[in-house]
Amino acid sequence: MPMELARNWRLRRQRLSLEGAQCAACGHLVFPTRPVCPKCRSRQLQPYRFSGRGEVYSFSTVYEPPAGFEGYAPYTVAQVRLAEGPLVTAQLTDVDADSVYIGMKVEMVTRKLFEDGENGLLVYGYKFRPPVMAPTNGHVSADVLAHTEPQHEAQAPVLVAN
Amino acid sequence: MRDVSIIGVGQTKVGEHWDRGLADLAVEATLAGLDDAGLDNADILYVGNMLGGVLSGQEHLGALIADLAGLRGMPALRVEAADASGGVALHQAYQAVAGGMVDTALVVGVEKMTDRLPQATEEGLMLAGLGDYEAAQGVTYVSQTAMLMQRYLHEHSLEVGDFAQFPVNAHRNAAANPFAMYRNQISEKAYRQAKMIASPINLLDGAPWADGAAAVVLVPTEQAQAMGRQGIRILASTLVTDALSLTERDDPLALAAARASAQRAYQQAGLTPGDIHLAELHDAFSILAALTLEACGFAARGQGVKLGQAGDIARAGRIPIATLGGFKARGNPVGASGVYQAVEIVQQLRGAAGQSQIPAARVGLAQNLGGNGATAVTHIFMN
Ligand SMILES: [Zn+2]
Repeated sequence: MPMELARNWRLRRQRLSLEGAQCAACGHLVFPTRPVCPKCRSRQLQPYRFSGRGEVYSFSTVYEPPAGFEGYAPYTVAQVRLAEGPLVTAQLTDVDADSVYIGMKVEMVTRKLFEDGENGLLVYGYKFRPPVMAPTNGHVSADVLAHTEPQHEAQAPVLVAN
Repeated sequence: MRDVSIIGVGQTKVGEHWDRGLADLAVEATLAGLDDAGLDNADILYVGNMLGGVLSGQEHLGALIADLAGLRGMPALRVEAADASGGVALHQAYQAVAGGMVDTALVVGVEKMTDRLPQATEEGLMLAGLGDYEAAQGVTYVSQTAMLMQRYLHEHSLEVGDFAQFPVNAHRNAAANPFAMYRNQISEKAYRQAKMIASPINLLDGAPWADGAAAVVLVPTEQAQAMGRQGIRILASTLVTDALSLTERDDPLALAAARASAQRAYQQAGLTPGDIHLAELHDAFSILAALTLEACGFAARGQGVKLGQAGDIARAGRIPIATLGGFKARGNPVGASGVYQAVEIVQQLRGAAGQSQIPAARVGLAQNLGGNGATAVTHIFMN
């Protein structure tokens, strides 16, 4: 996963706050944001922060991972239908592959996505897990630090910008 | 618009060509196509290729292949549309000849995938999607399609074993194709026991990544007749696009672009699905065979799998598919596959498919997808 510093910085709101957009003309919601509304072609899209709650629309457990994800395999990826409507592709976490099913309720949580070895970066972003407490607003929280392996924290800067 | 025909085809064997590079394969197919057409030149060369830069460290394939094929000076360019690159290159060539811009157009699709480790190839294939939102999440090329299959199983109350006939049929049809990568037979039992790669997709669901190149030569039908050649007419050529990401489509299982490109092709040809004698579909995975049967109007929604189970897709069935092995058994050199489809339909419509011949085949359809249907190209051919 070759990812450059500036690119990761550009994506921080989408990754960490699940920020998409809402069309000012017709109200349509999209994730990720885009320049033109796919429903009415209005160019007036405004940032919209999704709640982070949703349910599994489909999923797959990956046994043959791509470079950079070997340490996680097998892991489960999913298409999550957000409570507000759009689908988002994301890895599931804190869940047994065998217990995942279509329609399962999930919530966003911030986790390490991958390590950008060349730049020494740990890239963080959204994953989804079964809800473990009262629904959260999905924003970056102490979760980030609680689930970071200590040795990595010491080695590299963490790309978390609030 | 002028009526257009294919008068020449060429192809390399699909497989692991350790001894051959990207350009070498492309030149072999290009020259074979020209020889078959009885020509030593063309007005333009379109190269369909997806991963030359990533996997072979080589871009700028138009000029390179034209020069190496002894065609230095010829207008030449590369067309890229992920795994639909070959089909889109053919579409471009069709438009150039039909529109009267050129009289002879050469198309070569080429892909060289076995020089690199599977992880690198996987990473290259993921470039067809939305990298920041898919590859960044650890989603793979296979798991993307696996999520389509999982959803399909759920919506239509099916199980993995119901898909067995797609790979079984493909391997059966490849047995007599000397250009195919896998000519061995597989059983339904082997399919049911195959190892999971990205659930619910197993090892026998997916087409093998491979090296290969295929070429076709297009001329106006009038010119083919004047040359005394038996041309295969292109009755329709359509290209439709969709959102790159499955999650940005209203209904991922609908493959809206595939559906629209098929509908427009039927309209252009003045035909209906019932008029098609054989189809080469984008069967890179079993689920895509089922979904494209539906998108092309051969089955109602959720019924694509039943065509496999009922034997309708077999050589003697109502709508034979993968007649020379398809992606699954001929092999999937991604940017070349769309051109292999055209070559194989020409073989069938010439009555030159040997033991794989579909008797009395007169009309064939080819559909090539890029990125699970973000690009969809459909062609209809007739002898
Ligand atoms: Zn709108």
